[in-house]
This record gives sequence, structure tokens and C-alpha cells, in this order.
Amino acid sequence: MQIVPILSALRRHKAGTILIAVQIALTLAIVCNALFIVNDRVERVHRATGMNESNVVAVQNRYVGSPSSFLPLARTDVQALRSMPGVQDAYVTNAFPLRQGGWSTGIMKEPDQRKNTLQSALYFGDEHMLETLGVKLIAGRNFSAGEVTSFEESQTPAPPQVIVTKAIADKLFPGGDALGKVVYYSRGKPSTIIGIVGKLTVPWIDSEFIDNVTLMPLTQNNGSQIFLLRTKPGQQDAVFKSVAATLYNVNRMRVLPEKYGVRTFEMVRARAYQADRGMAILMSVVCGVLLAITAAGIVGLSSFWVGQRRKQIGVRRALGARRSDILGYFMTENFLIALAGVIVGVALAVGMSQWMFTHFEMKRLSFTYLMIGVVTLLALGQAAVLSPALRASRVSPVEATRSV
Amino acid sequence: MFSYYLQLGWRSLRRNPVLTALMVMAIGFGVAASMTTYSVFRATSRDPIPQKSSVLYNVQVDNWGPEHIEKGEPPPALSYQDITALLRAHKAKRQAATYPVGISVIPDNPARLPMRQGAYATGADFFPMFDVPFLQGDAWTRDDDEKHASVAVISKSLNDKLFDGGPSVGKQINLDGRLFRITGVIADWAPQPLFFDVPNTGGFDDGASVYVPLTRAVDLRMPNNGNNNCVDEPKEGWDNYLRSECIWLSFWVELPDAAAVQSYRGFLEGYAADQRRAGRFSWAPNGRLRNVMDWLSQQKVVPPESQVSLLVSLGFLVICLVNTVGLLLAKFLRRAPEIGVRRALGASKRDIYAQFLMEAGTIGIAGGLLGLVLTGVGVLGIGMVFPENIARLATLDPILVLLTLVVSIVASVLAAFYPTWRAAQVQPAWQLKSN
Repeated sequence: MQIVPILSALRRHKAGTILIAVQIALTLAIVCNALFIVNDRVERVHRATGMNESNVVAVQNRYVGSPSSFLPLARTDVQALRSMPGVQDAYVTNAFPLRQGGWSTGIMKEPDQRKNTLQSALYFGDEHMLETLGVKLIAGRNFSAGEVTSFEESQTPAPPQVIVTKAIADKLFPGGDALGKVVYYSRGKPSTIIGIVGKLTVPWIDSEFIDNVTLMPLTQNNGSQIFLLRTKPGQQDAVFKSVAATLYNVNRMRVLPEKYGVRTFEMVRARAYQADRGMAILMSVVCGVLLAITAAGIVGLSSFWVGQRRKQIGVRRALGARRSDILGYFMTENFLIALAGVIVGVALAVGMSQWMFTHFEMKRLSFTYLMIGVVTLLALGQAAVLSPALRASRVSPVEATRSV
Repeated sequence: MFSYYLQLGWRSLRRNPVLTALMVMAIGFGVAASMTTYSVFRATSRDPIPQKSSVLYNVQVDNWGPEHIEKGEPPPALSYQDITALLRAHKAKRQAATYPVGISVIPDNPARLPMRQGAYATGADFFPMFDVPFLQGDAWTRDDDEKHASVAVISKSLNDKLFDGGPSVGKQINLDGRLFRITGVIADWAPQPLFFDVPNTGGFDDGASVYVPLTRAVDLRMPNNGNNNCVDEPKEGWDNYLRSECIWLSFWVELPDAAAVQSYRGFLEGYAADQRRAGRFSWAPNGRLRNVMDWLSQQKVVPPESQVSLLVSLGFLVICLVNTVGLLLAKFLRRAPEIGVRRALGASKRDIYAQFLMEAGTIGIAGGLLGLVLTGVGVLGIGMVFPENIARLATLDPILVLLTLVVSIVASVLAAFYPTWRAAQVQPAWQLKSN
């Protein structure tokens, strides 16, 4: 294929050429970044919590009034929940993964360390916690009923036994010998690691320490409590519907907030990642419409060019050019324009990503996405020009002899 | 001439329905995407209290020191001991300290379940300072603050629930088993962004339905329902907590003019210097005094999602315009012979300009109407994309409607400039010859 004549022909259509190239460049810049955002958000939305998430119901409960202790109330409630038909296990806690609210504290390796070694989320519970969450121990043992104690609102939680995630164990003790080691959640109060679980995430989705979780055999003496329930398979909906009534039957002096009082874990997950899912949807729609509009633009301009050059095409055909030559001419022409657009577009895409990185703390665009964008747009250009180019190839050599 | 050109434009648009539809759709989609995301951006970046935003100031005191703060920015809330000192000094026209309390309202009717309600503990100045609209009664008085009185202000929706919307001033409300006398009922007031409690709400929240005096709330040890941040864990007990450097209260002052602002800045600096002399702070005074809009921008209330999507859709609009330029160019130049004939028959370049810009304007109007419909759909569907507390703020009001139409017409006329210029350059002689 002769490239030089194509280029010299393009020089006579500067405006149209530049317009298509600019459009391709801008589309590439936006589509790359948008797809990257989509993928990033979709990955987040599907991030595992380490829990077995099916058949879990969470109840946000607030006791009304100010009794001297909330602990007996919570204990009675948990008993009632465990004996509900359809419930496999239950416990009372302060937080759970994706709840978007909880307690975090620093862990120290020495009793009087000044700076924390690392930050961990705290989940309070009892010997039923692992079973309810559906989390497996990879080393050590579960809490025993005798180890479960309580603490006051103003105290710092630092029980003698804790279970930590593998992430914490590996960071604190890179040698892999965390089990049985002593760490400190409060200055001077030792806690022994009695068990290690594989994975469990913190309550927040935007955390810097997403896998750092400590389980503590504690109940806080607090009016605000969460009940987490694991239902028997297939019983989730029944439990979801009847749990509020069960609790009100035990004691009416409580509030289960309207919107988020009782939730299945699917609802918890949907709520936590609502903004991410929305962003993914928005960006996908923008990408789709943008590619469609760019394609339509290319079809429009190419058709115009074909119409404008019917006579020249006729002359070429009369002089012996085959249909495939004409087809190839327009395809190559489009490819050259798209290539120019794509080169500019890559620079734009990287610049845009860099700008978003500095302004919105977003991740930097990866090379893969640039390549996906480049290939997509080159292919889009070729696909869009195909129909006008085919029409051009069907121009009969007789056109050369006509005056229009 | 105007109507003739409009007619010409209309005929020309009907001649290539596909090309016309493409341009109208490009403009419609581009404008709709921009306007939909703009409606969210506008809602999240607006001034929540325009009549007073320049005289209301958020106060920050650096009680943590450079070791515990980031980039020199003092903590976003205050400790109780600083609040007490600032309140006592009373150096502003009005001042109010606030923290969200977690309470439940127990209805008198024993058949009804207790209700969890959003609530703030604050001072008497809060209501006149923030122009809170009262439907019944009034705020409690500064004297009530002094006396640690059990008084409360409730919202209209709570009044509807408890008293069926009837008069309730002077009646009692039961908060977690304690009785408070109602002094006033306010409208359901929740300026968005909720500027006076950004650190706890992120700026977008329903607001509260109960307000009680801070002095009384602290006496009753009403638990803080918002964030609590401590650099050092406080010793056990409520009193130690009050004495600690934990931050959990916000402080707002009303300073009517520049002189008042200047003198309050001086006061804050002097206060921090005093604390340093007393040995509590070991660093230079590092307080902040920010008005509403500065505070909102410092707290970054506009969600990054909103900014990114606005930028992406503006980029989208630009692409749609480039696309329209290309299509218009193709369309106009295809009519070179027609232009040649018109020019030869005496039409000036001006006439060509007028005719083709009118045609582009017609496309703009059609695109604008399509854009308007799509914006409506977009605003309705915004709940799928943004969280509910933000999505509900985006509305299609007359200003947005007008803006949508103006943007699409301006955009399409702008897009038409280059193609029109090219059309006007057509040489009549050359066109006539080649025909």
C-alpha cells in the first residue's frame, strides 16, 4: 500500500483529518481513564471480607434508658437470638466487616513503646464469633467461654487473650512464630496471641490497614450493640423478617433504626460499596456512549470524503485499481489518522491520569489500560470506516467519465 | 430573513436525517451528561447559608502539637477544656459549641416504641446564629445555658410524631428516661452541606430533630455520637475524659465585620500563647478561623466522585462538540455548489454566515431539547450512581433547565463557527465552473 499518496491527499483535507485525530485522542484519554476507574471500582466492590457472607444477618440495636449495666440485657438478647428457629449461631459485638464504623487502635510489641507498631481494627465477641463470621483458624485455638469478660465504656480494651489475622501476625512477627507471643493494645497490659485466622477485613472500605483485625473475647458495657447472626442455609429471609419481633418480645425498650436496624449481609455490602458501584456504572455508560459517538463521527466524515472523491475513485478504477485497492486506501487512510490521534491520546491519557492522581488521590493509569484503549480505538476506527470504504470500492469506473 | 433562514435550516436538516440525528444526539448526550453531573456538583459545592456564610467562623485550636497533626493543620474539633475556656471568654457576638449526642425519645404512649433521633447538644446562640427557623416558641436562653436547664428544641417532624403537629411549647419530652421542657419547635432544618458538623457527617446528613443545652448534656454524661479522637488515652471516668486532650466538639462564632475577625484572631493567638506559658502546649500558637465556605473547602465536602464525574462529562461534551464540528463541516461543504449559486446571485458572506449559524442554532435547540429530556432522566437516575444522601440534593430546577438549553445552543453555534467560515470561503466562480 502506498502511504505517500495518502499522506499528500490528507494534506488537502487538513481540517477533517485534524478533527478526527483530535476526537480519537480525546476519546482515548477519557476511555482509558474511565475504564481504569471502572475496573478499580469493580475490584473493590468484589473484595472479599474473609467471612462466609451468605446466611448472615446483622442487627443494630440501641437500648433505651440508662441502666447501671447493659450487659445482662445483651446476654438475654443473645440467648433469645440463639434459640430462634433458623438461627445457627449468634454473638454480640461492636463492629463487623463493611459496617463503615468501628474501633481501631495501635498494637505495640513492647509494654512501654512510644509509637505503635501497627494499627488494627478491634472486633469484640465471644467463643461463637468465629463460627458466626464463618472464619477459619489457621493456627491456635478459639476463645473459651471462661475467657469472655466485659469492660466499661471508659476503659481501653486489652484482654489477656486475642486472636489476630494472618496479616497482623506476619507483620508483627515476620518469622511466622506469632502464636503464643505477647503484644500490647494498651501500655503495660499484655495480650497473648492464642489464635490466627486467615483473612478478615476491617469495618472500613478505605482503610490503610484493611487486613489488620484483632478479635477480643470482650463485651463492652454500652447501650449500642450489634448482634450478628448466622442462619441455617435457606433460613436467612425468615430470620431477617422475624428477628426484630423476637428482640422486641424480649424487651421493648430498644431502638432498631428504620433504615439499617436489621440487614442481611448482602445489604451491608451493597450499602458499603454504593458509591463505587455508582461510579463504575456512570463510567461504563460514559465509555459506551463516547465510543458510539466517536464511531458515528468517523462514519459521517468518511462518508463525506467518499462522496467528495467519487470522481477521483472512478479515475483510479478506470486506470486499473481493483476494488480491494480502493477499500485498502480508505482503511489505511483511517488507520494513519487514528494512529496520529492515538499517539496524542496516549500523552493526554497519561497527563489526565497524573492530574487525577495528584488532585483526587486516585491510582495511576496502568500500561495495560493504555494498550487496551489504543487497540480499542484503532479497531473502532477501522470498523467505522469499513462501510464508507466498501461504498467507495463499489464506485464504478464509469464515474470517471461523468461530469459530476 | 430570520424566518427564511430558519426554514432553510429546517429543510437542510430534513434532507440528511441520519447526519442531523447524529449531531442532535451528540449535543444532547454531551449536554445531558455534563448537566447531570453538574447538578450533583452544584448541590455538593453550594453555600448552605448564603445570607451569613461570610460572618460565621469555625474555630480550631491546636492542642495536639506538630507531632500529632498532619501538614500543620490543627485537629478538626476541640477538646472540652478549650471549649470551656473559649465559651467563658465570650469574645464573639455569638458563639456555640456543639456535639452530636446519641439519644432515644420515649413517647408518653406506652404502646409506642422508643425512637432513635439525631440530636445535638449546643448553646442558646446556636439558633439565632445559624438563622434556624422557628415554627413555635423560641430557642432557650443564655440563662438556661448558665443554669444547666433541662430544656429542648425539637424539629417539626418529631413534633408531628409526638404531638400530632399540635402546640408543644412548655410540654415535656422524655429523652432516655429524663424529662426536658420544650421551648420551641423548628422547621426540619438541615442546610446542605451540614456545615456546622462536617467532621461527623461528611457534610450530607438529615440533621437533628432534638437540641439540648450543652451544659445539661455534659452533666448527664450524654454519650458523644460522633467522632472522638485522642492522642493519648484518657484516664478512666467522665471527668478525666472532660479534662483530656480528646477532641469531639465543634465551635462556631459569629463575627460581623473584619475588625471583629481581626480581634478574634488576636484573642485565639493570645489564648494559645497563654496555654503555652502555662505549660500545656509546647508549640507556637496554631489556631484557625475559617468562614463557612473556607471550612467546607478545607474539609473537602465535595465528594471526589462528583468532581471526577463532572470533569469526565465535560471532556465528553468537548468530544461531542469536536464530533459536531466534523459533521457540520461535512454537511456544509457538501453544499458548496448551493453556496456558489447563492453567492453568485448576490448573497454576501454575511448572509452565508447568518444562514449557516442559524442552521447550527436549530441543531442546538433540538440538541438542547433532547439534552433536557436526558438530563431529566439522568437526575432521576442519579440515585443509582451517587449515595442517597447526595443524590437527593440533585434537582432539575428552572436554572438547570435554562442552563441546559443555553449550553447546547452556545455549544452548537461555537461548533458551527469553523464550518461556517469554510462555507463562506467557497469561491462562487469555481463552484459554477465545475458544475
